[in-house]
Amino acid sequence: MADRLKVNKTYKLYIGGAFVRSESGYTMSSHDQEDNLIAHVCKASRKDLRDTVKAARSAQKGWAGRTAYNRGQILYRIGEMLEARSTEFEDLLIREAGSDDPKAELQASVDRCVYYAGWSDKIDAILGSVNPIAGSFFGFTVPEPTGVVAVVADEASGLVGMVSQICSAVVSGNTVIVIAPDRAPVIAMEFAEVLATSDVPKGVINILTTEKAGLMTHLASHRDINAIDYRDGDAAVEQSLLDEGADNLKRMRFSDSMTAAEWNEESAQGLSEIAKFVEMKSVWHPVGV
Amino acid sequence: MPATTLSSLLTPGAQNRPIDKIGAEERASKFTKRSIKKEAKVQGIKLAISMTDLTTLEGKDSPGKVQQLCRKGITPDPQDPSVPSVAAICVYPRLVPVAVKALDGSGVHVASVATAFPSGQLDLEERLKEVRQAAEDGADEIDMVISRGAFLAGEYQLVFDEIAAIKEACGDAHLKVILETGELETYDNVCRASHIAMHAGADFIKTSTGKVSPAATMPVTLVMLEAIRDFHRETGKIIGMKPAGGIRTSKQALHYLVMVKETLGDRWLTPDLFRFGASSLLNDLLMQLRKQTTGVYQSPEDFSKD
Repeated sequence: MADRLKVNKTYKLYIGGAFVRSESGYTMSSHDQEDNLIAHVCKASRKDLRDTVKAARSAQKGWAGRTAYNRGQILYRIGEMLEARSTEFEDLLIREAGSDDPKAELQASVDRCVYYAGWSDKIDAILGSVNPIAGSFFGFTVPEPTGVVAVVADEASGLVGMVSQICSAVVSGNTVIVIAPDRAPVIAMEFAEVLATSDVPKGVINILTTEKAGLMTHLASHRDINAIDYRDGDAAVEQSLLDEGADNLKRMRFSDSMTAAEWNEESAQGLSEIAKFVEMKSVWHPVGV
Repeated sequence: MPATTLSSLLTPGAQNRPIDKIGAEERASKFTKRSIKKEAKVQGIKLAISMTDLTTLEGKDSPGKVQQLCRKGITPDPQDPSVPSVAAICVYPRLVPVAVKALDGSGVHVASVATAFPSGQLDLEERLKEVRQAAEDGADEIDMVISRGAFLAGEYQLVFDEIAAIKEACGDAHLKVILETGELETYDNVCRASHIAMHAGADFIKTSTGKVSPAATMPVTLVMLEAIRDFHRETGKIIGMKPAGGIRTSKQALHYLVMVKETLGDRWLTPDLFRFGASSLLNDLLMQLRKQTTGVYQSPEDFSKD
């Protein structure tokens, strides 16, 4: 019998709930640790980024308007779907990301989804407050989502960093544009397939594979992106993001790069992560009305 | 206009050639392939702004909203004085006096929909009364709807006579005739209705009310532009065109401008002869214009809604 022709998977971008080819037509290749080709992936262009901003913006209001309970259900569902494909991800974590302990990383990723799912209906109660006022008024402070957040996925890990960044941003009602890690674009697009089957409304989480460096200043200068989550710790990049992003007072979240093992730890999660991408709004209200 | 003109219009002749549906759609899609960048784009966007009939036709329209819209029409982008005013503000007849007062001395026209917009389902006398009132209140431009029911029933004479009567009631005001192409079913009907309207005295022909889907499309507008061209060759009269409804992006607006230029020529590229009926288009034009001047992609949040 003749050898069967290989059926290779074409990885595309995940924008607005659909898998689309890059407008540019450019592709990149991803290799395993022995430099064998794993797959070709799209190289997202500036135009792809702009299309993604539109998708994320139009989804934001609806996502924030859902009940916190429902957002929690959906995050939990992501965890379920990820767990169901654990063998695939563990295999890719070894081949593409060179992970030392893929099982631990996969489990930490699933647990991270469940962890943030649990926070969804508790954020307002814990970050918000009823303020004491010297007068016949009530004063409330409530957290609101920042809006559209560009998540530059951490380079240290193949999966757990990105999942943590995404979940902590979307749980409060933000929508995200994820720039996949340079080292693991295939894992990122496999995760997009998890999202596509997890009841995540279209446009809430969008994933682009590209060469990170080429898009960074465009993320920062686009006025319809409200915040950037950048953890790679490159001071020059941070400064250029600050310079370009000052125009629309973009919220920036920088921190030093963590190792994959550190991302697996419980210390990498917490309410403080969620609080990075909410805006506190205080309202006054007369007593008795 | 004597009835004989109309009957000649409806006998087989140039204007009654059947429209090639596939051809029209193919041709219209060609206009979307032109590359317009940099300075040409800036010029195109500014031209489109100056051709916009900024429109509000909602049940919830109030004098306050119309005043705000008028301010926006006069100075669409307060940060950039090089941005021109829009061509007109288009409102319901009841709000014409408000718009006239708010636009006084600005050079921006006041357009009023009339004739029982959007359905046109009232007695002719009532419709004429509405037109006279709007014109008396100071509207420079009247947007009327044709009786689509009568048109589809083949009562072309009635449609013609109504338009002629309304033109008379307009006095000095310009008359735009809305064909509501979304209800006319075929391109042949669109072409025929265009000719009836132009012969009956329309100054502009307009695609849609914006209340029926589909509203303005490129092929329908092309059919109407070609009718204008044929009418001009036949009679020497110059009629304007106004696509309305469904044009929301700068890119679309530039496609329409390309179509006008390549069908009718530069002469029609003026607010006196071409208009966009739109409400949300203006913000996208302003947003793209500011992108061209600053080099930075903009947020819709930074532009006022009304």
